[in-house]
Amino acid sequence: MTSATANPATRNNLKTKSRAKKPALRINTQMIPTIAAVVIFICMIIMGQALFGTYTSLGFISSLFIDHAYLIILAVAMTLPVLTGGIDLSIGAIVAICGVVGMTLLNQGVNSWLVIVVMLLIGLAFGAIAGTLIEEFNMQPFIATLSTMFLARGIAAMISTDSLIAPENNNYGWIATTIKIIDNPKIKNDLSINAGVIIAAIVVAGGYILLHKTRTGRTIYAIGGSRSSAELMGLPVKRTQRIIYLTSGTLAALAAIVYTANIGSAKNTVGVGWELDAVASVVIGGTIVTGGFGYVLGSVIGALVRSTIDPLTSDFGVPSEWTTIVVGLMILIFVVLQRAVTAVGKKE
Amino acid sequence: MTDKQPIVVMKGITIEFPGVKALDGVDLTLYPGEVHALMGENGAGKSTMIKALTGVYKINAGTILVEGRPQTFNGTLDAQNAGIATVYQEVNLCTNLSIGENVMLGHEARGPLGINWKKTHEEARKYLAQMGLDHLDSHAPLSSISIAMQQLVAIARAMVIDAKVLILDEPTSSLDANEVQDLFKIMRKVRDSGVAILFVSHFLDQIYEITDRLTILRNGKFIKEVMTRDTPRDELIGMMIGKSAAELSQIGAKKERRAAKAGEKPIVSVKGLGKKGDINPADLDIYSGEVVGFAGLLGSGRTELGRLLYGADKPDSGTYELNGKQVAIGDPYTALKNKIAYSTENRRDEGIIGDLTVRENILIALQATRGMFKPIPKKEADEIVDKYMKELNVRPADPNKLIKNLSGGNQQKVLIARWLATHPELLILDEPTRGIDIGAKAEIQQVVLDLAAEGMGVVFISSELEEVVRLSDDIEVMKDRHKIAEIDNDDTVSQQTIVETIANTNVNGKEA
Amino acid sequence: MATAKRGNNAGTGIAARFDARKLLGNNLTWSVVALVILIALCTIFDPSHEFLSLHWNKNTGGLSGPLITMLQESARYLMIATGMTLVISTAGIDLSVGSVMAVSGAAAMQLLTSGMNVWAAILISLLIGLLLGCINGALVSILGLQPFITTLIMMLAGRGIAKVITSGENTDASRVAGSEPLRWLANGFVFGLPVNFLLALLIVILVGLLCRKTAMGMMIESVGINPEASRMTGIKPKKILFMVYAISGLLAAVAGLFATASVMRVDVSKTGQDLEMYAILAVVIGGTSLLGGKFSLAGSALGAIVIAMIRKTIITLGIDSAATPAFFALVVIVICVMQAPKIHNLGAEMKRRRALKAQAKAVAA
Repeated sequence: MTSATANPATRNNLKTKSRAKKPALRINTQMIPTIAAVVIFICMIIMGQALFGTYTSLGFISSLFIDHAYLIILAVAMTLPVLTGGIDLSIGAIVAICGVVGMTLLNQGVNSWLVIVVMLLIGLAFGAIAGTLIEEFNMQPFIATLSTMFLARGIAAMISTDSLIAPENNNYGWIATTIKIIDNPKIKNDLSINAGVIIAAIVVAGGYILLHKTRTGRTIYAIGGSRSSAELMGLPVKRTQRIIYLTSGTLAALAAIVYTANIGSAKNTVGVGWELDAVASVVIGGTIVTGGFGYVLGSVIGALVRSTIDPLTSDFGVPSEWTTIVVGLMILIFVVLQRAVTAVGKKE
Repeated sequence: MTDKQPIVVMKGITIEFPGVKALDGVDLTLYPGEVHALMGENGAGKSTMIKALTGVYKINAGTILVEGRPQTFNGTLDAQNAGIATVYQEVNLCTNLSIGENVMLGHEARGPLGINWKKTHEEARKYLAQMGLDHLDSHAPLSSISIAMQQLVAIARAMVIDAKVLILDEPTSSLDANEVQDLFKIMRKVRDSGVAILFVSHFLDQIYEITDRLTILRNGKFIKEVMTRDTPRDELIGMMIGKSAAELSQIGAKKERRAAKAGEKPIVSVKGLGKKGDINPADLDIYSGEVVGFAGLLGSGRTELGRLLYGADKPDSGTYELNGKQVAIGDPYTALKNKIAYSTENRRDEGIIGDLTVRENILIALQATRGMFKPIPKKEADEIVDKYMKELNVRPADPNKLIKNLSGGNQQKVLIARWLATHPELLILDEPTRGIDIGAKAEIQQVVLDLAAEGMGVVFISSELEEVVRLSDDIEVMKDRHKIAEIDNDDTVSQQTIVETIANTNVNGKEA
Repeated sequence: MATAKRGNNAGTGIAARFDARKLLGNNLTWSVVALVILIALCTIFDPSHEFLSLHWNKNTGGLSGPLITMLQESARYLMIATGMTLVISTAGIDLSVGSVMAVSGAAAMQLLTSGMNVWAAILISLLIGLLLGCINGALVSILGLQPFITTLIMMLAGRGIAKVITSGENTDASRVAGSEPLRWLANGFVFGLPVNFLLALLIVILVGLLCRKTAMGMMIESVGINPEASRMTGIKPKKILFMVYAISGLLAAVAGLFATASVMRVDVSKTGQDLEMYAILAVVIGGTSLLGGKFSLAGSALGAIVIAMIRKTIITLGIDSAATPAFFALVVIVICVMQAPKIHNLGAEMKRRRALKAQAKAVAA
């Protein structure tokens, strides 16, 4: 029941006179793009299963989540600014700087918990800079976060341009240690997760609570609907904007922790273009780039779709030059399909 | 009332924008339990004064006392915390959220698990019920209800914060007569509970019906504070305009009905023009030199028919004849090419192009009909801009000002200038006098009559029956998306005739 | 200036101050200031102390010196910033310009090595850029997709197309005979100045004339400010949208030719990389809002030159190439912060607060 009450858009009130004639199970048009994303994701998995036979195996599902926990976190991070009609281009670069700083500190023997705190603080700091530039100096979010993206990438490169490998015997790798839930004789049928996946799940739940259960979350939607209205309604627009970029920066740092723990190394070029993957995930999940409509859970589906495109293209044997074309085309087909579905839904 | 302590005292308020003094030492005092009107022409400084009190604009000089304590508002939140709630002229709500959420936004009921949506919507329904809106589904998106309804929802929202002062900036401009009465009922209730209401409206009847006290502004300056019941109308108008009442050129007399010539062909003749869901098929003939009024309530289809005539929406049935020739008008470009122009009722969203200058706003439609790469020669453009700005008395008379910085009435004049510059044979004016002051209103009404006298066909759409009856030759009466009657507007026809027609005719054109 | 003149009766002092405020608020001012400071920095800290020197190079028939190479590099930024300005004015964005550069560059190099006539190769690569721009335009205007997403897709796909054209190789056409005209376009000199810079300037001026001498500029702005109101005036917003993306694609192709012809080699993954970001920065520095509406081509052109100058400064000052993005970010942040109205009104705001505080005290007393 929580999900139904939490989301006014999904609820259908039967008591009212004006709506009494409409069918009882009326789906709000705002939900259609997200539902379309779920349907298409299921279709992709079914197609993969039918052609290659591995896509519904527990092993595939496990690795989908374990390998892409970072992307799910980034997709949640990106959802907040996009809901207000903004964007955070700096998240990929924040992953890089946090990764480089974190690995450097670990190699110097710093306690891994302290390292994690430092990484989170770095993300927080870049979020704070972006928020200040946007709210105090009227910079557009695109430009402000583009600047912090360059800044973070530049500083990361100044610290080190080498591939930094996490030292042995550190207390950092626990995040990546897989926990087997279903142990099968065949590895590909194991269902396993790791702390990274759990962190991602907590982030998703947190994002959901923030957006649907707090006043700050509702202010985010209000800003996306109309910033000037939100201001005239006396909502704390400036404070909310700052919270948004602080959160996206910190979540990017969290993604860096999950990712670097998983692969055990970091380089200053890590995360190039991840902000675009995150935007693609958010959009596939049904959030509109101009703001006001969208759901965190949609972004998670979007991240899963984005992550499934890669194994699909490689299983289809697409030559390497063609991969980005195919990825582009698939996102295009996706967006067009969504638009068609939405248009039909609105007519009904 | 003098024995009461004022809630708000504003003294010597001055607000400067680069190059202009929008307010110059204005005073305003609000007492609890009274309805106080801020009176003045467009551009007198009413909106600026309201924005000073609500924390939108920062004041350059002066003091604001709320319950005796000096206040410096650095934003709308400060003003709200001081107990000042506002409903603005342009509804400022979020159309992407539900009705109930808009009412409660920022004041949602919270439990240990965050926002308690069930309780929040219950409370929203309680406030909506106070406004007589208990039929609304608080879960439905705000975009699913009319602008008039949204206005009432905004007032419901204002009641959520336990306000001491309620500011209503032109709340009635998009309401019909019944809705206005409903609103007044609510206003009286709120007033009697000890709240001070600051009310702005261009409708003098409403001012005299609901207000207790008036503060009059002119050109950003304080003129006088008076009691409503002690002030005759002509004196009030005189103070607002700065002229004595006798000087006002009123065109109070009803237009003489245009005599039809034998064998005359209409400019526009449509048969069965309609669009599913918007307006049922309607027939209509418009002759040169004729003013055709569209009368009907909000949502009766009067705007929809006007839009179909212009091709703003594509009709899905009917034939369209222009000077005896069959045409297909499916988009505004084709309409303008065929000498048909339409001035929208939705000035902000479909009319003005805010960041362009007055000059560009006047020329843009003519330019679009000529084509992007055939610029209007500078000399011709200057002449057109100069001519229409003078004819329509656009203030300020600077063509290089951005149109968004003009008052509503002057924006409307610029838009009419835009359509006149295309030399239309048929001009459709949808609510051209809504939300503008008496002076500009009279000017625009006169323009309508002059244009018809010059031989233009004019469609005049308005929610004010009085002006429809006064200006039209023929009146098309609309109801529930049907054209239900066509009335030859002679001396026997009055507002009452129209009201009775709407009340007594059902949509099939038969007596109800 | 008209406003200042009218202010004269209020005393010349006020008029002068008003002008200063206007100057501070003008975006062009801060671009020029940034340019001057960067040049000064280079002049002072250049290890060889020859930053401002200009020599006549007999081999190339033109001037040579650090400033000249800066202008040569700026040509490509000028091109993409111009297209980007028009797109941004319609409240859109074109993230694909960098990839389109790679595609047109790859096409030109590949066609040259396959033995095609140089002019035909140039023409075909320009047409390919135009085509990609038209696809963007069609998706945005006809299908109504969001510009950000549409051009993001083209950005991804464009890189792939460039790789497909060259089969993944970084095609080198430096040894192809008969390619001199293209080489001259990128590296040659006329009147002692670089051809590509002059050509880029000429194109900017042509686009500027097209926008301001016809109604194109006004209509683009109008669609960016209020598409529905524009439609009601008889403008066809879809046509305008299609057109600006097409122009942006074509100009990106020109930039791609400049970028590849200077070394006669395309790097399918590096050519044009990040350049969409540079173009957007140039436009914003130039004073056009990302929200659409009024645009300034002159501002964007100046912004493009500032971008080229920042890159030149980084090289001249010997800043570690790793730190390049950070330096870049700092300059951009400083320029944008200086442009913020908050900074210009700081003095007035403090005065206002003091005055109000005094009045409040007087009332309280």
